[in-house]
Amino acid sequence: MALEREFCKWSFCSKPAVETIETDLLLVGGGMACTGAAVEAMAWAKAAGIKVTLVDKAALDRSGAVAMGLSAINTYVGPENKIADYVNMVRTDLMGIIREDLVYSVGAHVDQTVHDFQDWGLPIWQKDAENHTVDGQVARDEGLPLLKDGGKCVRSGRWQCMINGESYKVIVAEAAKNALGMENIHERVFIVKLLTDKNNSNRVCGAVGFSVREHKTYVFKCKAMIIACGGVVNVFRPRSVGEGQGRAWYPVWNAGSTYAMPAEIGAKMVLMENRFVPARFKDGYGPVGAWFLFFKAQATNAYGEDYMARNWDRVKAEYPGYADSPGTCLRNHAAMIEMREGRGPIMMHTDKAMQALAQVLSKKELKHLEAEAWEDFLDMSISAACLWASFNMEPDKVPSEIIPSEPYLLGSHAGCAGLWVSGPAKNYMGAPDSWFWGYDRMTTVDGLFTAGDGVGASGHKFSSGSHAEGRMAAKGAIAFILDHKDDKLEAAQNIDEVIAEIYLPFEIYEKYKDYTSAVEINPNYLLPKQVQTRLQKLMDEYVAGCATMYMTNKPSLEEGLKRLTLLKEDATRLAARDLHELMRAWEQYHRILAGEAHLRHILFREESRYPGYYYRSDFLSIDDSKWKVFTISQYDMKTNTWKFETEPYKQLVD
Amino acid sequence: MPSFVIVEKCDGCKALDKTACQYICPNDLMVLNAESKKAFNQEPDQCWECYNCVKICPQQAIEVRHYADIMPLGSSTFPLRGTDNIMWTIKFRDQKTIKRFKFPIRTTPEGSIECFKGKTLPSDLAGLKKSGFYTGPARTE
Ligand SMILES: Cc1cc2nc3c(=O)[nH]c(=O)nc-3n(C[C@H](O)[C@H](O)[C@H](O)COP(=O)(O)OP(=O)(O)OC[C@H]3O[C@@H](n4cnc5c(N)ncnc54)[C@H](O)[C@@H]3O)c2cc1C
Ligand code: SF4
Ligand code: SF4
Repeated sequence: MALEREFCKWSFCSKPAVETIETDLLLVGGGMACTGAAVEAMAWAKAAGIKVTLVDKAALDRSGAVAMGLSAINTYVGPENKIADYVNMVRTDLMGIIREDLVYSVGAHVDQTVHDFQDWGLPIWQKDAENHTVDGQVARDEGLPLLKDGGKCVRSGRWQCMINGESYKVIVAEAAKNALGMENIHERVFIVKLLTDKNNSNRVCGAVGFSVREHKTYVFKCKAMIIACGGVVNVFRPRSVGEGQGRAWYPVWNAGSTYAMPAEIGAKMVLMENRFVPARFKDGYGPVGAWFLFFKAQATNAYGEDYMARNWDRVKAEYPGYADSPGTCLRNHAAMIEMREGRGPIMMHTDKAMQALAQVLSKKELKHLEAEAWEDFLDMSISAACLWASFNMEPDKVPSEIIPSEPYLLGSHAGCAGLWVSGPAKNYMGAPDSWFWGYDRMTTVDGLFTAGDGVGASGHKFSSGSHAEGRMAAKGAIAFILDHKDDKLEAAQNIDEVIAEIYLPFEIYEKYKDYTSAVEINPNYLLPKQVQTRLQKLMDEYVAGCATMYMTNKPSLEEGLKRLTLLKEDATRLAARDLHELMRAWEQYHRILAGEAHLRHILFREESRYPGYYYRSDFLSIDDSKWKVFTISQYDMKTNTWKFETEPYKQLVD
Repeated sequence: MPSFVIVEKCDGCKALDKTACQYICPNDLMVLNAESKKAFNQEPDQCWECYNCVKICPQQAIEVRHYADIMPLGSSTFPLRGTDNIMWTIKFRDQKTIKRFKFPIRTTPEGSIECFKGKTLPSDLAGLKKSGFYTGPARTE
């Protein structure tokens, strides 16, 4: 490496205060998964005699992907569906490779968590006695039975139920706070690194982070941990070029911590080649689900042709067996054919859908419907509503453009990247022995659990499934703690060195800042934003971003890896001017590792498993003879090397 | 500047023990200028336009000027969040089209959730390795 390695010797910046917190179960993150974990863990904590602590980089009321709210609970099996059908849907959408033990157990638990949401006060739309739709408050005022007592929710699709979800996160956070007590919650602490045990390098025993509010480090020591920091956003160059970069579809603040920190201590990852490329209302990222499923709107190419009908024979020939009930990626694929061949933009005909509904609905019902259409955006993607207003567009009068976005890595929404975890029980649903190693949702590192976006090979959990999965992981983690009561743990890492490394960006900045006349341009360091733009550009150009219409090949990936490797070296030269920027610095580092895993997995899998999400131009088809397998990687931080293996897929549910 | 603060309206939350917008922003963007005692968005291109600062500001001093690279000027979208509902007023760029919507946000009083009230908490720790939650069993088929 060209540049000499820097160390923080506290010569230029001052040492922070250090607070050490001893606990039994540490929850890292405060989103859907960890708020679920908090409630379930505390229900067992008294009997188990354990302490539970939660740490979140933001404020629990509005942290994570549900910060803005949501307009639907996307996973509610309900009495009318079978769990097996849920598993079948997930398998189809994720192109045939999922861990059915994990998916089935989410399906078996998720309804209970939804019933608890309704108890806590989440307004869930219902059908009244005349089968009319009423909002969640009217449902209570009219005394309709709760879902758990046989009340009927309002389906937009088969698995979704509509809610008035502006305060969804506030409500689940309140439950978690009530369970844990504020004294066990640390907000505005960004976790940077995990600690492992001196006598067992494959055992987690703590985490280190820093306060974004004061000059203070937090060292957490624990017996088990659930890490659920959401997915990875803005690792690819977004379609927006300026301020709009903040308007990512998934939450801009989730930076891959879920994958990077466990990877650094050797946790195995699975299907990290998977990604989600949501087709959304252009620029505002308004959700399309309700428009397709609830309002029955049609999407066409620029010339009014149904792009699914137009391309379907071709798609069937390209991906035989996969196009019969097409997954989300294949629907993207059909739209991308239109875009590549110059028949874009793709339009969502909200106007025609509303006009068709106007034929059959009363004036009052129509007014209600208009409000529902706007609420869909205002509850979870407010900018999309603002975009209509700023262009003078009324959705019942004009169509809107939709477009496939930049790629996102996640494990809870319509994607399945994540960590390789143990199933719920030995041979659950007939799972092979190798899918269970003692504790539900434990990663391959002892004592380290995950849920939500963290669990790989099991997508389509969404908000409710992530909450339920957090609860399952909490039980697994407490069982682990009780089985390992007598373990004496001691961190293998030198805590002072870890702290010095965390604040190195301060030291570097202070040391070099006066060398040039403009702080942004300095040959001795890079600011977080500069690292981010370099990462985004190389991922975009070499790892199948929008720039190449999601296409890549071996030589491109190898070139990307070369650049990424240099960037990873340069990241040791990150500089930060304040605590906010220190957080940004470590977010970029987490993004780089997550991005590297993604790149290497795409390189490893020599086929195009997810056409419409990405293509390997050198292996354009789906090759079930060789690649109907889980791809599993393991990073060795000491040697900076990666190991790959495969594990056969096994169907457990018919 | 995605979210912006109207100088005249912001009082720096002087009556509160913490600055509301700074407390709530999920991306740590809102900060208080120590001298002027006015809040501002320190990294506009990382703003999700999630409106949480807008909803929480006791002075209604925060609004949103939408992403300059995307949206024409002139429209406004403003929420008034109460304890059990939210009211949205959306004004189009043409200044003529105005939409108003009111939606419920929760059916229980704020702060009333007691997740263990009326529940029998598990006492048999063997249940940790079985399916189900403290609020009810898992489904079986
Ligand atoms: C636009 C959008 C629409 C969606 N639509 C729906 C829908 O209609 N229905 C539905 O059911 N689901 C929907 N989802 C999906 C749902 O929100 C997610 O599946 C769910 O929130 C995932 O839960 P999680 O706990 O894994 O992550 P999150 O809920 O994102 O939580 C992550 C947490 O980790 C914290 N964190 C991150 N990094 C660190 C760190 N280094 N240190 C400490 N804390 C950290 C964050 O502050 C946050 O608290 C949608 C999501 C989005 C963004
Ligand atoms: S919440 Fe409102 S009044 Fe308080 S500091 Fe922020 S902008 Fe100013
Ligand atoms: S709109 Fe959301 S992301 Fe933007 S500053 Fe306000 S709270 Fe932060």
